[in-house]
Amino acid sequence: MKLTLKIWRQENAKAKGAMKTYQIDGIEGDMSFLEMLDVLNEDLINKGEVPVEFDHDCREGICGSCSLQINGEPHGPDRLVTTCQLHMRKFNDGDTITIEPFRATAFPVITDLIVDRTAFDRIQQAGGYISVNTSGNTIDANSIPVNKHDADDAFSAATCIGCGACVAACKNASAMLFTSAKVSQYALLPQGQVEAVERVENMVRQMDLEGFGNCTNTGACEIECPKGISLENIARMNREYLSATTKG
Amino acid sequence: MSELKSNIPEGPLKDKWTKHKNDINLVNPANKRNIDVIVVGTGLAGGSAAATLAELGYNVKTFCYQDSPRRAHSIAAQGGINAAKNYQGDGDSNYRLFYDTVKGGDYRSREANVYRLAEVSANIIDQCVAQGVPFAREYGGLLDNRSFGGVLVSRTFYAKGQTGQQLLLGAYSAMNRQINRGKIEAFNRHEMLDLVLVDGKARGIIARDLVTGEIERHSAHAVVLASGGYGNVFFLSTNAMGSNVMAAWRAHRRGAYFANPCYTQIHPTCIPVSGDHQSKLTLMSESLRNDGRIWVPKKKEDAEAIRAGKLKPTDLKEEDRDYYLERRYPAFGNLVPRDVASRAAKERCDAGFGVNKTGEAVYLDFKSAIMRYGKEEALIHGNHNPSDKEIYDYGKKVVENKYGNLFQMYEKIVDEDPYTTPMMIYPAVHYTMGGLWVDYNLQTTIPGCYAAGEANFSDHGANRLGASALMQGLADGYFVLPYTIGDYLSKDIRTGKIPTDSPEFDQAEKDVRDRMTKLMNGSGKHSVDYYHKKLGKIMWNKCGMARNAKELQEAMDEIAELRADFWENVKVPGSLDSKNAELEKAGRVADFLELGELFAKDALTRNESCGGHFREEYQTPEGEALRDDENFSFVSAWEYNDNPREAKLHKEQLTFENIEVKTRSYK
Repeated sequence: MKLTLKIWRQENAKAKGAMKTYQIDGIEGDMSFLEMLDVLNEDLINKGEVPVEFDHDCREGICGSCSLQINGEPHGPDRLVTTCQLHMRKFNDGDTITIEPFRATAFPVITDLIVDRTAFDRIQQAGGYISVNTSGNTIDANSIPVNKHDADDAFSAATCIGCGACVAACKNASAMLFTSAKVSQYALLPQGQVEAVERVENMVRQMDLEGFGNCTNTGACEIECPKGISLENIARMNREYLSATTKG
Repeated sequence: MSELKSNIPEGPLKDKWTKHKNDINLVNPANKRNIDVIVVGTGLAGGSAAATLAELGYNVKTFCYQDSPRRAHSIAAQGGINAAKNYQGDGDSNYRLFYDTVKGGDYRSREANVYRLAEVSANIIDQCVAQGVPFAREYGGLLDNRSFGGVLVSRTFYAKGQTGQQLLLGAYSAMNRQINRGKIEAFNRHEMLDLVLVDGKARGIIARDLVTGEIERHSAHAVVLASGGYGNVFFLSTNAMGSNVMAAWRAHRRGAYFANPCYTQIHPTCIPVSGDHQSKLTLMSESLRNDGRIWVPKKKEDAEAIRAGKLKPTDLKEEDRDYYLERRYPAFGNLVPRDVASRAAKERCDAGFGVNKTGEAVYLDFKSAIMRYGKEEALIHGNHNPSDKEIYDYGKKVVENKYGNLFQMYEKIVDEDPYTTPMMIYPAVHYTMGGLWVDYNLQTTIPGCYAAGEANFSDHGANRLGASALMQGLADGYFVLPYTIGDYLSKDIRTGKIPTDSPEFDQAEKDVRDRMTKLMNGSGKHSVDYYHKKLGKIMWNKCGMARNAKELQEAMDEIAELRADFWENVKVPGSLDSKNAELEKAGRVADFLELGELFAKDALTRNESCGGHFREEYQTPEGEALRDDENFSFVSAWEYNDNPREAKLHKEQLTFENIEVKTRSYK
């Protein structure tokens, strides 16, 4: 395949960025999107140009490093995959592909296609845990039975990989889907009940402090989420939050 | 250099750890506040160690090259974590887990370490459940288990096909709690470039801020390396793109011995290579072998027809299929350990029975599992006379529930539906059993420098059993290292803050800067990847699943030549003082180019076959690995030399007092 790539280039956080156009040839359908970028970079290096910087690591859809807004969609046109698992067979010979970083005030660009997502870490630090010491002196695991339905829902919420696609997809750059996934995981488990009130209050406060927008129930986040995290989690977090504020 | 001291406590095997914990020195809580610990790597071992050390009261600094600790490559572990809980009542015990692990490692691991691992395994599950890790459960609300290779019990706990992510998020949440309390300072997007020794003790590191390029000095009273394995020396592996040996190798250069580098795990079930553009390989969890049956065509002409695209695997009748693992190993069947399964796949493919265009793949087939589960489900649903279609639909649902995300991943990559046509798989580099040599306390040969998780060599011998890496990472980090490091740190309560303006830090920083400048000043002939791919090809072809003396010698020469070429001609664009992915890669590949040669040397020195190390010269008439216990029942611990082939070998003799050493058989 022959492709035209329009890629956001930005030297560093302070520099002004711009879209730059590249031509690329010899792309095969079996390549992943990132392997296509590897080909471009190898070409740039050989030409003496500076290669395109992008975040990536596991390349099997689980670490949440890769991002990229491809033709206006986080992780590109395929559903339920991250960019690293998007394959070039989804594109056609002669296509023009636009590649930008995830855009959000709370995700400032570091360089080229790399953004700073540490706001997500700070939301987790504000309360995304159960306060249990790691001494191993807890009770036997099977003395906490969990209804299978709840356990499965908690697991589904916990599959969030923290990539930020939900924020990039949202017209308000809201982080509600991300935050609610963690709140839901613990809200559905008996272990999470003790700190439920403080957790949701602290995590929501931090989320607001980071400059993420509010949720207007558009649902773009759920559609673009590579792990299919459900909007139900946002509803659950809203209930938890309401209940916490009335208790608190 | 003196003899290696493993510091294994005296006394009966099952009392050693308890006794040791009672005997070692403690640091009082007030003094812990004055002691700093650096943890490099935030995967299961590093993340859990950092959280626990901070909880105990030490001041912890963590370092990871990823943008968040949550992205360390432990996250990609799929299948599960072992623990001797015996929840299934199938006869499991600490001893049996210990026995399976020592046998699985082909009697090349240290008894006392492995027993301790088995002993603390049950605590890991309790701990993780208390943290809210959502393990799979049965309808009664209790935890579910499954089986992994090389064992006859069900002791593996799991969270669908992403156990690693769930356990890592557990450790990350424990870290977050400590970050929130100010007890952990997390340096993300940072890479350790050197270890700093003061008076022979590890007292800090030199790190690079990967965003600004700034070189930083960080001091501490002890340094924990939990930086993972070195599988990427093969270029293509199931490791993350950034996984590297730098932290461990820098420590090795500063005096830490490197143990058993040639023990590599080549995992039998990975998606086959599709072309030269390939940047990494994807694992299909071993848990699939619970239900999938592995086969190749019985007749060569069928294999040829399949390769040519003239025949489909589903067209082949039952009697024309060779379920070679079930045939060769009736007792364990498809659940033989990884090294055995990988070699058997290679044997069939080399003999001309492989499938895929390349002939380098075998089938992993779920048809019989789907039908078996389907019949059961039909009965449960009161359908006593189901049609084949109904059985299939019922069964598909069960398989989807168990392995859905893996099947989806396969389909996205290969563009084939594994529910209707068998998966194609082939072995790929996955894990490295070798690593920094450590004693019973997980201390390397450098005082104050510890190694945990995959970065050390200690528990898996020459072959790791499935679902044991997660167990070891968390055991080391949560339950072993936080105790043993206290014994060392108890001598540091009066030391005070370690200054970073000492000549030792000056020198280490200068070394780092010189090295990076040299990397930037290559003649610019070839990219870093060009060298990495070349190294990978040498490693795979000559140090891979089967090795022989002639090729190992060639590998050493070729790697040495490639290393010289690399330093002279590598091309690193961009600048030193900004984000520069090529520079990061160049530093890592430079270390792989040294490690690769030592790897080959280690393999050449070990004149036997054991576990993942298979030397063609040493095999039984049936093609099984032939160990030489008389001459090679030792750990190879290498002392660094600039010229890796001149590295000095130290031997730690292994003794087995609680287990009978015999030929490993899964027949």
